[in-house]
Amino acid sequence: MSMTVFQALNGATFAALLFIVASGFTLIFGLMRIVNLAHGALYLMGGYIGLVIASRSGSFMLALAGAAIAIAAIGFLTYTVLLRFVSGNVLRQVLLTLGLALVLDDLALVIWGGDAFTVQVPEALRGPFRLGVMAYPKYRLFLLLFSVCVFIGLWLLLRYTRLGALIRAGVDDAEMVDAMGIDIRHVFIYTFMLGAALAGIGGVMGGAFLTLYPTADSDILVYSLAVVIIGGRGSLPGTAIGSLLVGMLATFGQVWFPELAYFVIFGPMALLLAFRPLGLFGRAA
Amino acid sequence: MKPARAMTSPARTGIALACLALLAAVPFVIPGYKTSLVVEMLIFATLAMSIDLLAGFAGRVSLCHGAIFGIATYVVLYHVTVAGGSPWIGVLLGVAAATAAAVIFALLAIRTSGVYFLLLTLALGMIVWGMCFRWTSVTGGENGLRGVVVPAWLAPPTVFYFFVLIVTSLMTFLMWRFAHSPFGLTLQGIRESDSRMRALGYNVPLHLFVAFTVSGFFAGLAGALYAFFNSFVSPSTVALAQSVEGLLMVIVGGVGTLFGGLVGAAVIIALENIVSFYTERWPMVLGLMFIVTMIFAPEGLLGRGRALLAQRRDRNAS
Amino acid sequence: MDRRKFLTSASAAVAANAVAPLLPSASAQSGPIRIGLLAPLTGVVASGGKEMVEGFNLFWDQHGRKIAGREIEITVEDDASNPDTALQKARRLVEQRNVQMLVGDLLANTGLAVAEYVKSNGVPYFIPIIAADDLTQRKRIPNVIRIAGYSASQMPRPLADYAYHKKNYRKLVTISQDYTFGYEQCGGFCQTFTELGGSVVQQFWQPLNTADFSPYLAQIQSLNPDVVYAMETGADANRFIQQYANFGLKGKIPMLGAMNLTDQSVIRTLGPECEGIISSAQFCEGSDAPATKKFVAEYEKAFNKLPSLYGFSMYSGAMWMAAGMTAVDGNVEDRPKFLDAIRKVVLNDSPLGRPVRLDMYGNPIYDVYIRQVKRRPDGKSWNVPLETVPNVSQFWKYDPETYMKQPSYSRTFQGIKKS
Repeated sequence: MSMTVFQALNGATFAALLFIVASGFTLIFGLMRIVNLAHGALYLMGGYIGLVIASRSGSFMLALAGAAIAIAAIGFLTYTVLLRFVSGNVLRQVLLTLGLALVLDDLALVIWGGDAFTVQVPEALRGPFRLGVMAYPKYRLFLLLFSVCVFIGLWLLLRYTRLGALIRAGVDDAEMVDAMGIDIRHVFIYTFMLGAALAGIGGVMGGAFLTLYPTADSDILVYSLAVVIIGGRGSLPGTAIGSLLVGMLATFGQVWFPELAYFVIFGPMALLLAFRPLGLFGRAA
Repeated sequence: MKPARAMTSPARTGIALACLALLAAVPFVIPGYKTSLVVEMLIFATLAMSIDLLAGFAGRVSLCHGAIFGIATYVVLYHVTVAGGSPWIGVLLGVAAATAAAVIFALLAIRTSGVYFLLLTLALGMIVWGMCFRWTSVTGGENGLRGVVVPAWLAPPTVFYFFVLIVTSLMTFLMWRFAHSPFGLTLQGIRESDSRMRALGYNVPLHLFVAFTVSGFFAGLAGALYAFFNSFVSPSTVALAQSVEGLLMVIVGGVGTLFGGLVGAAVIIALENIVSFYTERWPMVLGLMFIVTMIFAPEGLLGRGRALLAQRRDRNAS
Repeated sequence: MDRRKFLTSASAAVAANAVAPLLPSASAQSGPIRIGLLAPLTGVVASGGKEMVEGFNLFWDQHGRKIAGREIEITVEDDASNPDTALQKARRLVEQRNVQMLVGDLLANTGLAVAEYVKSNGVPYFIPIIAADDLTQRKRIPNVIRIAGYSASQMPRPLADYAYHKKNYRKLVTISQDYTFGYEQCGGFCQTFTELGGSVVQQFWQPLNTADFSPYLAQIQSLNPDVVYAMETGADANRFIQQYANFGLKGKIPMLGAMNLTDQSVIRTLGPECEGIISSAQFCEGSDAPATKKFVAEYEKAFNKLPSLYGFSMYSGAMWMAAGMTAVDGNVEDRPKFLDAIRKVVLNDSPLGRPVRLDMYGNPIYDVYIRQVKRRPDGKSWNVPLETVPNVSQFWKYDPETYMKQPSYSRTFQGIKKS
């Protein structure tokens, strides 16, 4: 298999994981203007919880569901218990989530220790998928498929459900929605839970091929930030494009400019923030 | 919002002198390891105060000052251990490099504010970290750079302590003068409302640019001192965690109080040492501090103290 | 195992300890011997770090935590697989806890940072695991002693010889973590391999804690070498082996590994992906030597798992320290005498089954096993010896003084002989 195709697949499958996590982040950022710096910690927690469920029950699907529910619950608690004390002050919200990330991280360390764990996947997804001379890990191809399904699911949610309409309206103008008499607070809570759940699902999916380890949360958070900034606040197609861009940059960056690998991702992010903070697809509030 | 002045001038000078006297007594009262802890506090207090110049006075919260700090550390260590140069030239180069970085960052960042400013500085800090981490041939990558760079006559612990104390006091004084100069007052006006100041005819971007550069200068100086202190630098020194801890020191002490940086640094470093003696769970304590401070005391220790004093003063006056 | 356990168990000694620093050193002989153990309990090599502590404690527990009439008090600090943290913790142990000696650390960069620190204050620092070549070659520090350890480039050379002569590999690709230990292991392998006539097609260096190896695997596949030499430790080793198999490269392109790649701490959580990988090391848990079998059995009984290099090395290190302490009757405060005794120790009871002693430059000489990962009937994987290469020193077949004139291995110098 040609090297470029191979690397493109690497970039695309990594982008698939990034999309799942970043979509959760962008929903929260887009609607509530909260930069949830605990998003990476939610990813890691979700992964660990999924790990436990998968190894006890032997079911990967159950692990995904369990992690989604558990992290959504943590999201609910975070929003209703903690964030409401600092509502209205964006900067304080950001810094509070930072503190939460530190706490969750350390908690995970206490419970699971410092080793790197791999979430068990079903036998059918292990090993390479062979087509002629080409061999590529089955799991990564599955991840790509799964991510596309997540995209479709979210798109349908945003387009055809009431919650989705409210989210879209809120991203555009949250004050207006509130002024129209709709309880924007409920929308906020559901969105935060959905965003958190996506992070948790991402953790399980990521934990199966990138392993779970104590600093995995900051690794994924930093990439998610780049995706959301590049793709645009609150925009689903933007997040998809942003994920692909970052995924490809990360992969080809490693190959072509290993010494500048981080620059290749954060350089564009910095430039966009400086000159076009709404990203490629974001719209002004 | 109350102006950042709660005491009369003689009272303030008196407190400052008292603190200096106390600090001067340190190497004689708590020698050895504890003195080096105070040195660390002074160095990081300088970093924290430099962050406060921007956050408290200009209203821009930054997450890249740790990186600026570390750039100076790297340059000093590189100049002395790899290029074989003199420590003082190293310091000059280090501070220059840090200030240059601040200039570049400032040019990019002054158009933004609030959360976007935060994220932009985060990204810029990550770029610096990425370079230190992957550009192994220059920065040593994971291995870092190591070697004793402090000049021999400064090396004895007590001498070094007084050196750092003098430099830090000088820096604090300069920063205080800067923050309370007419320029600093303009900055505070900008913090309250960009648009109002613009309407009044002030060149807001220029003011922010100067503020950023000046704060970068002081952060760089702290970084150079750190090179003398630590004799070692690695990507951890420029990592996001460094900027976060610096920011927390400012917040705990009190954003906009300047001296809050000193208080915050002392509290955080002391706590870290005490907590680490008994448990490995310092990150959790740090995180909880962040959460609790944000919810209950966002104005920090000094900020709270000043507010209480002002309340009492108002009550007595009326 | 955490430090606090030892604090509580030695609480009586701690009270005496508080007084000890005020007394002149000669009369402090009756107090406990305070050892500072640095190990990565978090970070990329956390699995190895945990075993360092276990192996170290096993020895002292077997001997009642007493030597020459003095209690042994161990304080464990986590260096987080990070040199900055290692330095901070070393300072804390020496200056705040007043330990009389430091031991441990795993990653070469953490060891080098601590070594630089003890250079200035003369505290004894024992490194059974830190394998940075120069600490026993070009940059020796008198109070940093490699007891029961090895130097990085020492081990891969017999493997390179085996690869060239026995397996007839000619075209090599190396992939390694981007730091000193990686440079030295790869350098040792490449120099020997190319001097014999082989060639290095390309070398890959990845940051510690790389989660996604796919960009490198794609390039390896397109280069199609005869063999890949992989130098990975800890979680990176785990991920690399898994991903190598998942990408279909296992069985297609043979992989040789550094001993850390196929160490127990890595392979015990892996399945068939790791079977068949060949590496070289002085320690082979599947060896038939009676001393090794005894040690493995004792270890398995204590911790319910087979010993890794890290557990074994720290156990041997503790044994070595005990021998040194006994030789000076417990008077570790007399540093020159204590360090001298440590250097002269001959470890006759080593779990390797042969006596171990330091060479003229402070590094042990070993018989090196060429070993392979095999699955036992009970499902556990372990390393089994294929061949033994006797008396391998850190200098291989080179003359030491001539060898040390060549630069230290680095990213840019890998000892590759152009053909």
